[in-house]
Amino acid sequence: MYTSLTEKLIDWSIALYLWGFRIIVVLIVVIGTVLTLIGGKYNSQQWIDFVVFGIAQGSIYALIALGYTMVYGILRMINFAHGEIFMSGAFSAYFVASALEQSGFLDQNPLVALVLIMLVAMAASTGIALLVERVAYRPLRQAPRLVPLISAIGASFFLQYTFRGLFGPGVYAYPVVELLQGEWTFFGINILKAQVVVTIAAVLMMLGLYTIVMRTKIGKAMRAVSEDKATAALMGINVDRVIVTTFALGAAMAGVAGVLYALVFRQVNFFMGFVPGIKAFTSAVLGGVGNIPGAMLGGLFLGIFESLGPALFLESLGIVAPYQLKDAIAFTMLVLVLIFRPSGILGEKLTAKKA
Amino acid sequence: MAILEVENVHTYYGHIHALKGLSLTVEQGEIVTLIGANGAGKTTTLNTISGLLRPREGRIRLRGEDLTTIPPHEIVARGVVQVPEGRRVFARLTVQENLEMGAYVQKDSRRVREGIERVFTLFPRLKERRQQLAGTLSGGEQQMLAMGRALMAQPKVLLLDEPSMGLAPVLVDSIFATIKRLNDDGATILLVEQNARMALQIAHRGYVLQTGEVVLSDTGENLRQNEMVRKAYLGIQ
Ligand SMILES: Nc1ncnc2c1ncn2[C@@H]1O[C@H](COP(=O)(O)OP(=O)(O)OP(=O)(O)O)[C@@H](O)[C@H]1O
Ligand SMILES: [Mg+2]
Repeated sequence: MYTSLTEKLIDWSIALYLWGFRIIVVLIVVIGTVLTLIGGKYNSQQWIDFVVFGIAQGSIYALIALGYTMVYGILRMINFAHGEIFMSGAFSAYFVASALEQSGFLDQNPLVALVLIMLVAMAASTGIALLVERVAYRPLRQAPRLVPLISAIGASFFLQYTFRGLFGPGVYAYPVVELLQGEWTFFGINILKAQVVVTIAAVLMMLGLYTIVMRTKIGKAMRAVSEDKATAALMGINVDRVIVTTFALGAAMAGVAGVLYALVFRQVNFFMGFVPGIKAFTSAVLGGVGNIPGAMLGGLFLGIFESLGPALFLESLGIVAPYQLKDAIAFTMLVLVLIFRPSGILGEKLTAKKA
Repeated sequence: MAILEVENVHTYYGHIHALKGLSLTVEQGEIVTLIGANGAGKTTTLNTISGLLRPREGRIRLRGEDLTTIPPHEIVARGVVQVPEGRRVFARLTVQENLEMGAYVQKDSRRVREGIERVFTLFPRLKERRQQLAGTLSGGEQQMLAMGRALMAQPKVLLLDEPSMGLAPVLVDSIFATIKRLNDDGATILLVEQNARMALQIAHRGYVLQTGEVVLSDTGENLRQNEMVRKAYLGIQ
């Protein structure tokens, strides 16, 4: 019992520290927001631009986040190579896109060309994800949890430096799709076409995926396997095949996300998967890892929050280059969620069930 | 020839020697029961038959075909289906979806629908609950669902692991009545039970398991009269 006083002191200081942390974050957001709104630096069109960009960006995070969350749901493992799966899709599609541009097909049949580019990206991402699963994860399935995690980080570096070795460290400019240039005007509000199209495409993919998971036989099997692999096998479900399908679906979403990302930012590079990968992982954690609608909402939320954040509450606090702090906002959010609500914002209390 | 043959099986968990040369047979149309104390190796036996565990030695055959190296899902496709200990329904799937998972090896969707109707005739309670998440069912309902789910695969041999575990006495009676009825309709059943009294009443034959070995095997009737069984498993002095 003689340690009880020290223990209490430690508990109190941790609690104090956590509360201080919360209060500081809330103060920054509130004071910054108030100052900005009083200052009136941005007009409503500009605010709308921030939000629309946030939605487009966020739906890309959401698409990537699905892969993290589905693989986690089934294997209880974070596939840290997933950002590179996204990069592989975008990169492979780049070559097809520029070939289509040079032949003039991209300008004559932009819609067909875009679908084609996405199919190539999905195929490339899926192929690479299946390879990674087979080589780097499956042999380690019985190993302690840390081992596949290390293997995933290895796979991630392997993919980055393979692309770097093959195509160099430089940036490749994605072809411009004429169809997606310019703005549309809805009720007097101007919105960039590319961002509308990206959002719609991402939402359609997510609805498709959700339907597969909820309605089809393989989707139900995925949910069954994620609950209890041994019992699923006793029902005649080929567990390995279901795991492979999960990787494939997540990778296909990442491939599409890669193309959409390239349409917004108009470039690809061997390192491009890293930051969106971590942002998508943050989105998955925000929504509660393993929770599919959670990953979608988490992505949207993060996209909007980091797009609005610099203008809304950082700039007026006198920060010199608030837009450089976008990534810091996302990572602060990851840390906050991990500290205060590790089961995610939508998260059920998983402990009892998973134990 | 026996429909299911387990011959001299040795199964290990790491260094723990859980089954030590276990042999048993099940004939077409029989109820065979496996009784034994906690930790005797009953679940290990069923999981070895189902392919979740691989024996280090010995053979398991279904109508003469070797199952020993076949993966679990293909053993189900060949007609050996297990209702695992503790029911293990998929809590976040609906009753209907659980039944569909039971019919996973069935490709023909019309046969799946017919199967579901048959299960609902056997367990009308499940029909009322078909859209409910399985995790919200009572223990008895979950046992019905676990059995119904296994029946969806149209098993040639049904393996039941302690179906009466944790159920109220009335429900225990009704579960045993259902097992008897399935058998009357032609099902071949290997029944693992701690409730030896009930199991030996409906079983044609039984095996008594102690620390991974069969120490006694006889007809259900003879085992009920057996001195050692009466003392150790029926609690009669
Ligand atoms: N996963 C495991 N790892 C290590 N040892 C195990 C494992 N599962 C079972 N055992 C051991 O193997 C032996 C047989 O266990 P088994 O579960 O087959 O017994 P059982 O007869 O089904 O018992 P119960 O009536 O409690 O269900 C026991 O000694 C048990 O401790
Ligand atoms: Mg057992």
